[in-house]
Amino acid sequence: MKHLLGIEGMTRAEIERVLETSEAMLEISQREIKRVPTLRGRTVINVFLESSTRTRVSFEIAAKRLSADAINVTRAGSSLSKAETLADMARNLAAMSADVLVVRDSVAGVPHMLAERVSVPVVNAGDGCHEHPTQALLDAFTLRQSLGSLEGRVISIVGDISHSRVARSDIHCFTKLGAEVRVAGPPTMMPAGIEVLGVKPCFSLEQALAGADVIVMLRIQQERLDGALFPSVREYSRTFGLTQRTLALAKPEAIVLHPGPINRGVEIASDVADAEPSRILEQVTNGVAVRMAVLYLLTGGQT
Amino acid sequence: MTRTRIQGARILDPLSGRDEIGVLDVVDDRIESVGRESAAVPDEVIEASGLWLAPGFVDLHAHLREPGQEYKEDIETGTRAAAAGGYTTVCCMANTDPVNDTPAVTEYIQRRARESGAVRVRVIAAATQGLRGEIMSEMAGLAGAGAVAFSDDGSVIMNAAVMRRVLEYARGIGRPVIAHCEDLNLRGSGVVHEGAHATCCGLPGSPAEAETSMVARDHELARLTGAHLHVAHVSAVRSVELIREAKAAGVRVTAEVTPHHLALTDETVRTFDTNFKMAPPLRSARDREALREGLADGTIDCVATDHAPHALYEKDVEFTAAPFGVVGFETALSIALELVREERMTPLELVDRLATRPARLLGIPGGTLEPGAPADLVLVEPERIWKVESTRLTSRSKNSSFLGRELRGRALRTWVGGRLVFELGEESAR
Repeated sequence: MKHLLGIEGMTRAEIERVLETSEAMLEISQREIKRVPTLRGRTVINVFLESSTRTRVSFEIAAKRLSADAINVTRAGSSLSKAETLADMARNLAAMSADVLVVRDSVAGVPHMLAERVSVPVVNAGDGCHEHPTQALLDAFTLRQSLGSLEGRVISIVGDISHSRVARSDIHCFTKLGAEVRVAGPPTMMPAGIEVLGVKPCFSLEQALAGADVIVMLRIQQERLDGALFPSVREYSRTFGLTQRTLALAKPEAIVLHPGPINRGVEIASDVADAEPSRILEQVTNGVAVRMAVLYLLTGGQT
Repeated sequence: MTRTRIQGARILDPLSGRDEIGVLDVVDDRIESVGRESAAVPDEVIEASGLWLAPGFVDLHAHLREPGQEYKEDIETGTRAAAAGGYTTVCCMANTDPVNDTPAVTEYIQRRARESGAVRVRVIAAATQGLRGEIMSEMAGLAGAGAVAFSDDGSVIMNAAVMRRVLEYARGIGRPVIAHCEDLNLRGSGVVHEGAHATCCGLPGSPAEAETSMVARDHELARLTGAHLHVAHVSAVRSVELIREAKAAGVRVTAEVTPHHLALTDETVRTFDTNFKMAPPLRSARDREALREGLADGTIDCVATDHAPHALYEKDVEFTAAPFGVVGFETALSIALELVREERMTPLELVDRLATRPARLLGIPGGTLEPGAPADLVLVEPERIWKVESTRLTSRSKNSSFLGRELRGRALRTWVGGRLVFELGEESAR
């Protein structure tokens, strides 16, 4: 693996290698001294040009637990505010002998563009509405903890599919690992031609959740909506919100994921988010391990 | 008096229907005779066996960027690129800086073209003042200064009442209105064709209906006003159907298609390469097929490049931030020739779509090999293989969708008014 730009370009074997490496990394996070010298002397630059707390901190912790130096760059206060182009900024960062660039941007394709222009490995930490591969990997890792294998499992992804990079990466990841994936949301949030990704679009929770082993609730990203895709938050939460009542539509042992940050009372009710079926905090814990695995593998680590 | 003879070429003249190997004599700046042989003694003989000799191509849709954006292109570099593509007349759009919405700017462009242009430049002036889609420009004055058509191009006239008045007024002046049909509200933030490829790569899409709904609107307004509507760069299957229906109903509508829409589909956006970003966007394989069919059967009248130069650094940015548009003069012929190689068009029909029909639909000279006509000529080697490389493009900007591709067919020499304005160099001959 030269870069981690998206799940779409990965083979099942590559995905499984990351997941297996993550097991060992999770163990490190459970030690009293949560640090190993594996990447000592390496430099990881987190280029986060779109706001993020969870993912940025997760990558930073992942780098530090491997003893790498982690540097964060954000849009505000960067040379981008002096009208430097992104490509030039990346070339400059690479010229400082960075070993990995972790890139988050609001525009699809930015990590790919930078990967073509610098010789350093690039990790996509979320690009626009395209992909968020480490999120999908940590989701798959979390599901394997609970379910063992994803083979034959029914996974429903609910929310604004059109604008969700998590949905796209999850779809690629879960289908490659053998699951049956459904996507659900109002038609205004369902992108054209989603069927080509091998998923079934559903326009009601009833249809989406019947017989589901896993429910992935997506955040309603109000900051991304450039038009009125739904009439009101109230109507959305009534029709597509996950509550104890709608959770009962799925299998009794169904588990719930959410990439965060959650909107309590909008797409997910508090008593679901905080209760037994939820794996939301496990996802966050596992995210560090998965990102450690990704950094390790991209900097030449062998398993 | 200088007599130049081009002999041995396959002479293609759609207007007379001539398609035969023969002799064409140019005396000074005009075509003197065309035929199987000529008795007069020439001063110079150009042996052109195996080549095609056609009227120079006429491009109805180009952006030469002068005045105002000479860092992208100017009239000199743009017209040299046009000559290298076999063009002898190019029509430049009004989105210069300042906008070409006054006779002064129209006259300036024509003066610069006389001073520095390799080929003839015809001016398309703004339909509304400042391209704002509100108050119509002084079309009579602009036409008097030389404007051959009116268009706001990508600054789409969204207000149907304004568009109606523009069409009515232009009709009175006897000039066509060229419409970039794209509903900007329906397009929204879309930068690529809405469909599975846009969905997979997470880029905001614009549906084909953003175009087709405006094609339908403008046909209705052309019907209402009796004006000549020319639909720019058609990209969608349904637009071709609508144009076919409107023509059958007697509406005065003509249409053009770009080489990139004939050659490429929305699959290219998977690369995130901004040299595949243009408006309208590249659409599905089904749309492309309809465009090829429409050009072959004449529903679409001509090929127009929408040559839109942008500096490298402007395109070397995030996909959504990059400007729309690609260069087209130097690759158009090669792309259009694919339809001849697929036997969907005859060589004569190809020349008709590149030269004869565009000239005739604007009512400008060119597109003909009639004796007495200006000697605007192109000599084509239809099977020549060449590779598109930025170092070999004449245009100041290199934002071609075909960089790195091997294409077939190329202009070897181009004459404007009997003057040789382009000859393919040895370094390019390989």
